[in-house]
Order: sequence, then C-alpha cells, then structure tokens
Amino acid sequence: MNPFSYVRAVDSADALRQRAGHAAAYLGGGTNLVDLMRETVARPEKLVDVTGLSSAITQSDDGGLLIGAAARNTALAEHRVVRTRYPMLARAILAGASGQIRNMATVGGNLLQRTRCAYFYDTDGSHCNKRRPASGCDALEGFNRNHAILGASPACVATHPSDMCVALAALDATVHVEGKGGARTLPFIDLHRLPGDHPDIDTTLEQGELITAIALPPLTFASRSNYRKVRDRSSYAFALISVAAALKIEGGHISDARIALGGVAHKPWRAFKAEAALQGHEATEPVFRAAAMAELADAQSLSRNGFKIELATRTLIATLADLAGGAS
Amino acid sequence: MPLIINGSPAPVPHDPRVSLLDLLRESLHLPGTKKGCDQGACGACTVLVDGERILSCLALAVQYEGREITTVEGLAGENGLHPMQEAFIVHDGFQCGYCTPGQICSAIGMAAEVRRGVPSHVSADLTADVALTREELQERMSGNLCRCGAHNGIIDAIRDVLETRETAV
Amino acid sequence: MSIIDSAKSAAQTLVQGAMSKLVPLAPDSWIPGGVPDPLIARKHGLIGTPVSRLDGPLKVQGRARFSAEVDAADIAYAALVHAAVPRGRIATLDTAAARAAPGVILVMTHENAPRMNAPALFGSSPTAVGPADLPVMQDDRIHWNGQPIAIVLAETQEQADHARSLVVATYSIEPSITSLKAAKDAGPKPGLFMGEPLLTQIGDAEAFLSAAPYKIDHLYRTPRHNHNPIELHGATIWWDGDTLVIHDATQMVTAQGLTIAGVFDLKPEQVHILSPYVGGGFGSKGLWVHQIIGAAAAKLAGRPVRIALSREGVYRIVGGRTLTEQRVAIGAQADGCFTSIIHSGIAAMTPHNNMPEPFILGTKVGYGADSFKLSVETVEMDMVANTFMRAPGEAVGTFALECAIDELAAEIGMDPVDLRILNEPVKDPISGLPFSSRHIVEAWRRGAERFGWSERITTPGTRREGEWLIGMGCATGTYPYYRMPGAAARITLTRNGTATVEIAAHEMGMGTSTTTAIVAAERLGLPMDKIDVRYGDSTIPGAIMAGGSQQTAAIGGAVIAAHNALVAQLLKMAGNDSPLAGLTSAEVGSEDGALVKLDDPTRRESYASILNRAQMDSIVASEEASQPLEMMHWSMHSHSAIFCEIAVNSITAETRVRRILGSFDCGRILNPKTARSQFRGGMIMGLGMALMEETQFDERNGRIMNPSLSEYHIPVHLDVPDIDVIWTDIADPHTPMGAHGIGEIGITGTAAAVANAVYNATGKRVRDLPITLDKLL
Repeated sequence: MNPFSYVRAVDSADALRQRAGHAAAYLGGGTNLVDLMRETVARPEKLVDVTGLSSAITQSDDGGLLIGAAARNTALAEHRVVRTRYPMLARAILAGASGQIRNMATVGGNLLQRTRCAYFYDTDGSHCNKRRPASGCDALEGFNRNHAILGASPACVATHPSDMCVALAALDATVHVEGKGGARTLPFIDLHRLPGDHPDIDTTLEQGELITAIALPPLTFASRSNYRKVRDRSSYAFALISVAAALKIEGGHISDARIALGGVAHKPWRAFKAEAALQGHEATEPVFRAAAMAELADAQSLSRNGFKIELATRTLIATLADLAGGAS
Repeated sequence: MPLIINGSPAPVPHDPRVSLLDLLRESLHLPGTKKGCDQGACGACTVLVDGERILSCLALAVQYEGREITTVEGLAGENGLHPMQEAFIVHDGFQCGYCTPGQICSAIGMAAEVRRGVPSHVSADLTADVALTREELQERMSGNLCRCGAHNGIIDAIRDVLETRETAV
Repeated sequence: MSIIDSAKSAAQTLVQGAMSKLVPLAPDSWIPGGVPDPLIARKHGLIGTPVSRLDGPLKVQGRARFSAEVDAADIAYAALVHAAVPRGRIATLDTAAARAAPGVILVMTHENAPRMNAPALFGSSPTAVGPADLPVMQDDRIHWNGQPIAIVLAETQEQADHARSLVVATYSIEPSITSLKAAKDAGPKPGLFMGEPLLTQIGDAEAFLSAAPYKIDHLYRTPRHNHNPIELHGATIWWDGDTLVIHDATQMVTAQGLTIAGVFDLKPEQVHILSPYVGGGFGSKGLWVHQIIGAAAAKLAGRPVRIALSREGVYRIVGGRTLTEQRVAIGAQADGCFTSIIHSGIAAMTPHNNMPEPFILGTKVGYGADSFKLSVETVEMDMVANTFMRAPGEAVGTFALECAIDELAAEIGMDPVDLRILNEPVKDPISGLPFSSRHIVEAWRRGAERFGWSERITTPGTRREGEWLIGMGCATGTYPYYRMPGAAARITLTRNGTATVEIAAHEMGMGTSTTTAIVAAERLGLPMDKIDVRYGDSTIPGAIMAGGSQQTAAIGGAVIAAHNALVAQLLKMAGNDSPLAGLTSAEVGSEDGALVKLDDPTRRESYASILNRAQMDSIVASEEASQPLEMMHWSMHSHSAIFCEIAVNSITAETRVRRILGSFDCGRILNPKTARSQFRGGMIMGLGMALMEETQFDERNGRIMNPSLSEYHIPVHLDVPDIDVIWTDIADPHTPMGAHGIGEIGITGTAAAVANAVYNATGKRVRDLPITLDKLL
C-alpha cells in the first residue's frame, strides 16, 4: 500500500475541498478500495473519508426513495420500503458478498466497485488496459470464463461485479453527484460506461465528483420484482449471470417491464431490447424467450465464456416466467 | 479520540495504512482475530463494531476512531465463556481453530441481525420474521470460510445458542 | 473363528482375572501370532466415548498462539518479491527505491543472501523434506512464475509491503514448458513414488479388456488444487547465537529442523522448530522457501523476522496438488466379474521435485480382477513444485476409478453397489497379502440401508422436483494404513500423579492432542486431566509426520514403547519392599494411578508410593516405537462407502448437494466426536473438489491466476449439507489401539459419488473436474 494521508469529510463541500488538487480518492466502507490499494492497483496519495456524509434513507415527495450515498448496504436491504416496494433491490444486495461486507460497504462505494478480472488485479505479472492503459489485455486469450458477452471491446472484456447495481439499473435510479461545477443528477444507467478504447475509465463522473445520493422513482409495479443470481457456489461468490426484473401485467398482457442483466458486461446491463420485445405481448414463455433472444442477439463469446449466452437466456426466461406466474 | 477495544482505549495508529486487523494483531497484541486472506474473502478477521460484524482486514483503523470494537478476546465474561464459545466446544464447531474466532464473532453479530429482522438471500418472504432454519443460518454464515470442514458443528452450535440460550447472547 | 474373533478372544484371555478397568501393557509387536493391543478389548473406558477437544477453550477464546503471532522484541516484518516469468534469469534487479523507503531494514536478493546449501529434497532421505532440489535465492535463475527473488525487511508490515512494490526486476526469459500439451510433447517419464515405480501389470489387461463382453474405457481429468488452510503460511524466526529458532506452522517439526540444519550447515540441535498450533495443513504445512529466506534475512539483519505470507504469496510459493489425466478401462464378464482393470495416465510435476500424484494406489486394492495394468507417468512443467495434498493419489484416483465403476454398472445394468460387492477381493489383488481388517461390504450394506439407496431411480434424468433434477450416486473411498518408522515418545511421571507425554507430533485440528491424552490416560491408568500432552517441538525425541493419516498409529506405537519402558523402570524402582516385588512387565497392568498384578489385583502399588519410596519426584521414560512390521504382513487400509443425493437445476445447471452419508470402516474409532469432524472435513473437501475447486494455471506463462480465496472457490456454509457419518468400529487386531488413519479417507470417493449422482440426475457424465454448471448446460 502506498503511503497516503487520511481526512474525514464533515459534509460534501468539505469532501470536494479536501479532494481538490490531490491524487485523492473518496473512501467509503473500504471493502473494495482498501483491497485494491493493498494489491497496489489503486495508489491514492490521500483518502477522503465520506462515510460521515448522509446515510439517510428517506421517502421523497414523488413517492420514491432517496438514499444517502453513505448508507450501508445492509441498511438499504433491510429498509422496509425497499423490502416491500423494491424487492429486487433488497434481493440483489443480499445476494452480494457476505453479511460482514454488507455491513461495511456503502451504497456509493458499491457503485464504484471495480472489476474482479484476475488480470486487472495482478499488478506484478499481467497486462491489463484497465489498470495500465495500452498495456494489453491478457484476459482476451486467458481465463475469461466470467467475462463480458455484451458491449465488450478489444481493449477490455471485464465485467462489473456489483449485484446491487443490476437492480438499480433496472429500477430507473438516478444518481446525485456534486463536483466543481455544482450539483447534478444523471440516470443511473449512464453512470457506468462501456470500455471502448478507454477501459481505464469506469464511469462518466468528472474528476473529483462525489456521489451523494441515489434516487429511486416510485415505479409501483416493482413491488413484484425479483433478482436471480447464478454463481459457482451457493453463496459468497460473484455472479456468472444475474437478472433483475419487474413485470407489470394487465389482463394477461405485459404493459411495462424493467430488466437488467449482471455478469454480462462492463456495466450493469439494462435490457432495453428485451423490455421492448415484451411490451404489449402476452406473458407467455415464447414471448419471454423472444425477449431474451432479442437482448442477447448481439452477444459475443470469448474462448471460455460461451456458456454465458445460453445461461443468460435461460435465467432471464425463468425469472420472467416466475414473475408472470406470481402475477396471475 | 481513541478506539475502544474490548472496553479499553487504544490510540489511533499514526500510519493510516494500518488495518484494524493489523492494529489488533501487531500493536495491541490481540492475535485472537485472525488473518486468513487480507482480501475480504474468508471472514477469519471478523470483529464486532458497536455490535455489528465487519471484516477488520478491510477496515482502516483510522476510520474506527471512537468506535467500540469487540474481539474474540473480549467475549468471555467473569462468569466464564460466552455461550457461543461454549457451544462451539460442545458441538465441535472447529478443528484447527484458526477460523474459529471469526466464526464466533460473526455468529454473535448475525444473531443480532436475525433479531432485528434483517432478511437474507434465502428468505422466501422478505418481510416475514426470520425463521431459524438451517439454511438461513448457513447462508448468513457463508462469509466465514472453514477449510477443515467444521461447518456442521458450527451451525449446530449456533442453532443451539439461538434456540435455547437466545437471551444470553 | 474369524480373525477378529480370535483377536478378541486373545485379548480377553490376557485380561482374564483382572478387574474391568485394569489394562495390561501393550505388546510391542505387530506380527503374525502377536497379541493385539489390550486397549482393543477395553470397552468401557475413554476410548470410543466422545471427548471435547482439550484445546477447545484456548481456541474459542483466540488464545492459542499460532506461528505468526509469537511475540519477539525488535521484530522485523518481511515481504517477498516474486518473479513474474516462468523461466530465465534475472537481468536487472533494482532495489534502490525499496532500500530508501521509510522503515526498510534490509533488502535481500541472490546478490547479498548468505551462501546456503540447497534443501535436501523430500524423500531423498528419511528426514529430508525440501520442496525441491533447487538452491534458495543463490543465483539469478528463475524456475517458476512466482519464485521469490527478493525479501524486504522493515519496521512495520505496511512499510515492508510498500517497499516490496518498489523493487523493479527485468528478466532474460528462456524457453519454458507451461502447457500440458508441450509437456506431453516433451515425453512422459515413468513415475516413481517413494522409490517405488508406479507401474503394476498382472496378466494381459488389454487382451482381457478387448475380449470382455462388457467394458468401459474413458479419460478422466482432474485439475490442480490448492490446500488453502485458512491460516496463512508464516513463521517467526530468530537466531539465538548460533541456534536458529523458528516458530512455524508445520506438519513435520523434526524433519524440517534437520533439513534446515543442512541448509545452514548447522548441527541438528542448533535448529529449534516449534509448532504447537497449526491452522490447517492438509499436506501444505511443511518446508517451503519462505522459512529459509526468512532465516537468512534474520541472520543478515540480526533481528527476529516475522514472515507472514500473503494469500497470493501462498499460491506463488506453496505447491498444491498437480493435475492428472487418467484413463480407466474395465472389462467384465456377463455376470459382472471384472476381468481387466486398466488405470493409467499422467501427472505433471517439475524437473526439481518428485511427487507424481500416485492416482493408482487406490486401484491396487480396490477390486479383484483377472488382469491389471496400472501406471502413472509424469510430464514436466515449469511451475511451483507440486506436493502432497489430502489423500495424494487416492483423492483424484478414486474419482476416476469410481466413476468408471458407475459407468460400467450402467453398461451392464447392475446396481453399482452390487457390482462393487461382487468384485470384492478376498486378499490384496496385487500383493496377495491378507487384509488385516477389511469390512467394506458391511460398510456398504449399512450405508445403503441408512441412506435409502434402494429408492434410487436407475434411469437417469427422471426424478424431478420443480426446477430441480434429483440424483443419487455412490462410490468407494480408500486410504492405506501407515505407521512411519522413527516415532518416539517421552513420558514423565510425577509423584503427584500426573504424567506428561511428549511426542514430536502435530495438532492441525485432527484432534491429535485430545486423542493422545485419551490413549495415554487409558494406558497409564490415570484420569485424562492428569495427562499433559506436549507436541509440536523439534526438541522432543523422535520424528512424527502429520501426514499419510498415520500420526495416530505412530504416536500409539511410540506411547506403547515408552509406557512399557516406564513400567519396567517402575518395577525396578519398586524393589523388594513393594507388593509388586518380583513381577515382570508382562504380569502387571495400570489402573487408578497404580501398577497392579493382572491376575491378583490385591498386589498393587501406586506410582506415588513407588516414587516416594525411591525418593524421586518424577521419572522419565523415552523410547522409540517398534518397527512397523505389520505393514509387511498384511494389506492394511481404511475404507468407505459414500452415498450422496444431489439436485441439478434444470435451468441454470447449478448443482447442490442435498444429502451425503459416509459409511466408514477404519478400525476402532478412538474419539467419536473429533473423528466425525475429520470424516466430515474430508468429505467437504471432496465436495469442493467435485464441484468448484480448481487452481487456474495460465498455460501461456505458468502463472496462477486465482491466487485468492474469492476466486479459488472452496465450499461455504450454504454448500455443506448436514453430513451423516457412520462407522463399523471394528478394531484391526494388528494396529495400536485397533485404529486406522481417518484424516484422508473422507475426501476419497466423495467426488466420484457426486459425479455419479450428477449422472443419475441428468444423464450427463462429466469426466473433467470440477463439475461446474457450464459443463452441464
């Protein structure tokens, strides 16, 4: 770990001030950043602890939910409104990591998790364009079983590891950020980016921008939603494939849908094509299949992750079928 | 402000790189909290902070100024072992004993989560009271790895404590 | 009369006339015509009753001090720099920035390391336990990707870790073999295990195979595995003048001390290894390069060194189980009797070690057949030296063999349990020796009954519960009985009725310290709380390795010898004024802290009384165990029948183990409480092997790419069902206490039972471990 200085921010303005002009990083629960620093993947010279900022989870005027970025994952998952109105979010959080880590990890920090690609972590012995731009990608021909099938680039085939973010992508969440230019909001699905030629940049945040809160819209039909995660052991493992989905079914027909996939791309993958394919159709298995096929039509596999296309297709169909069954 | 470790104050380390785990093990001579990976992947370093279980290897000690930390060394009271410690012996919930402090601290923290009604990945109903099934306890303890294979004894010990000695935890 | 019955009756004759608690001395021989250990006949003592671990209170309070937790004044913290290429030379090694970094005490590389001999390679002598025959940090050569090339010592661990990241190495890379294909192309070599060729041929197995009406012939693959004990390898090391003190986590204190003495040109007594607690080993806790590098750095720096490997560091320098490719072909007659068993293939190792994963060992005693062809060949790769891991050979060998049996049973249309019982041999099929104690058929029958095997639906893929396909599978496990020579015990008996039993053995969680106390209490006729067992210290006489599931037998033999010597001394001391006057060792037994004449319990004298009269506070007996002659006269093995029920998700192909039962035949079980845990522990490691474990070795550069507990998956709590364990508890009349080893048997057979259940559930045969969902989609 690099030597660094540590300060605790008292509010967001203080955090921005402390961060300015330094090779600094904001520190939440530390569950990813401390690990990356120990592996010398991250080498900040200063840490600005933002866990003292708002962790409040409050219902907003529009009937949605405003979640302070410093809220712990456990706090969000156990919040009564999340459990009853956004079950996919509660389930996504509970499917991630372990009880101890969920008690530490902040919501803001969860959004900024970095990939678990082994070559990204291996500072001593591997090439990685995300860690060191233009150094090459050892995953392309290496261990890429858990790598991207959608939206990858020749520069990077890594996936985003978060479970929570998959639900947030499906739920039309909004991210509140503050930076030099003041406060702004952006759609959650625009927070993370695809790798393109710059896999070293994970998000669309400006230098020094701070995530202060996440807002969930009311999205009433999300009270019937689910998160299904498929992994190599039954708990405490990253997703091979995950699906967050909510269906609004009226008179046997799908009138609205929200779907996102995890484990498939460099970012939590909002499945717009699948949603469009469902719109207005009957809630039946062939329709679900067509929707899954539509979403995965552009999927491309690497040497070891071809199974993910079939797995994502099946998992998506089954998740939708479960929701439809529950709605009848 | 110092950290409060098992009721005693301990100064915040000068070097902010020092993890809570290394502070305990190397500076405070409390090696009961174990280092199994230093990566947040095994749970051996689990301690209780204000009653909540966390991984001390991913915790920078400076972040925990003023907080109440309980380690495995702080569980036994004047009347002897903590019920969870006793139950681990009775049910043979360990072999080599290395993951054991983390399992025990995690189990105690988990019990509080169960009482609070926090659901888990395997809870069929997110809003119902937590049923103390084997599966619920297994899922909630899955962040604590054991390589000797004492899993059955660990879950038996926890069930025993939660079902019969709940008030003592 | 069966051999068991005759053994029992012989033992009963011995104790005839004695009180029920009175235990005669154990005979110090294990040869035909010899007398079984009298403890076998003792049915109401401590043996066989569940006893909680004596070190439990320490361990649940975190008060057991492991090797990297030992305090030392002025300690220096170590961090290693690892090579990032598989083979070549260090071209440049820039340590200037590291040396200038805050807190750095020393940077040691091959350029300034003290001159040291290469450690003697494991097996090159009875006490040689070096991981490879390579010199350690003596030259610029790189032999594997991950080899340590520098060590940094600093005032704090944080400073050492940072400084290590500042060391910059460049390499001149040389051609290497890091892919299995290239290794095979270079040509396999005959495997040699412990000096014995891994090649057995009886009859023309290929001819029998081709003539057989029923046959199967398949290739099975097992990947590399890592032990992953939760305690990281680490040591606290200092020099006390010319004496090297190492607090280490090791399964072999004595041999390791001797090997290290050879490295530093020291006399054996100048190296002191202490290892009272080991946080799991499974074969991995032995001598690797870090203790040598740490000791050298401690010498240069003149300070105690704590070298605690990172988890990645463990993967880089502690070898695991190597990969195998195994062909199993079995031919059977129409009635199911085997005519041919072929089990052959390759295991990878390095040019610098000698551990050809001997996967045919279990096959040598598994089944009867008219012909056999069994062989292991090795191919060489540039990688960290592979080593022993729980049931080396049998763990992966039984996967292939027992899957093949299941495939053959399906081919013939026979129940796989019946097929196994049908081919049960009456004597060792290869050596022709009689079995000392083999009750596998009973284990099969009792296991099948308890598990409900008869409810298995033979046609695969036909039992369904919702999304889940359900299947049952079974397999046999086996592991040999060993008792390695060289064990000794020292018993100190005091006037106040306590005894200290010292053995150069190890407690890694097997329950050894507790079991030893039980056995010693029974032999000495003392309550268990009067027995203090000390272990894990190279200054204790004898050498006992915690490996090969033989520690209990080795300790048992040594304690018998020391106890006999102790009693002889006591009788001599007792003299003519004692009620025991004139009696020989063979005429007395121990009971309630006294020696007692076997056939006249009124003639007795307490240890305290004997010592008092002799005006001595204590006496000491130290003795080596007898030679393990029993292994020459009988074919001796532990056995198991494993049954499991699994569910495979029809959508995602995730596999969950719902039920698993182990039915064991492992001689007499000494402490049911800790034994059950050991059986379960082995089976759980077998579940991991079946479903998730694989060390990912990048064949492009020989680098391990999942050096972490988050990416190398071992079973978590939710993966582990409530495991049912039963045992025959039939004592082997030819072993100390009638016991067999139980540490490794649990992992054997388990992976095959799971794979066979997966077949029963899905109709898919996966012959390539681990059975991850992508192989079932």
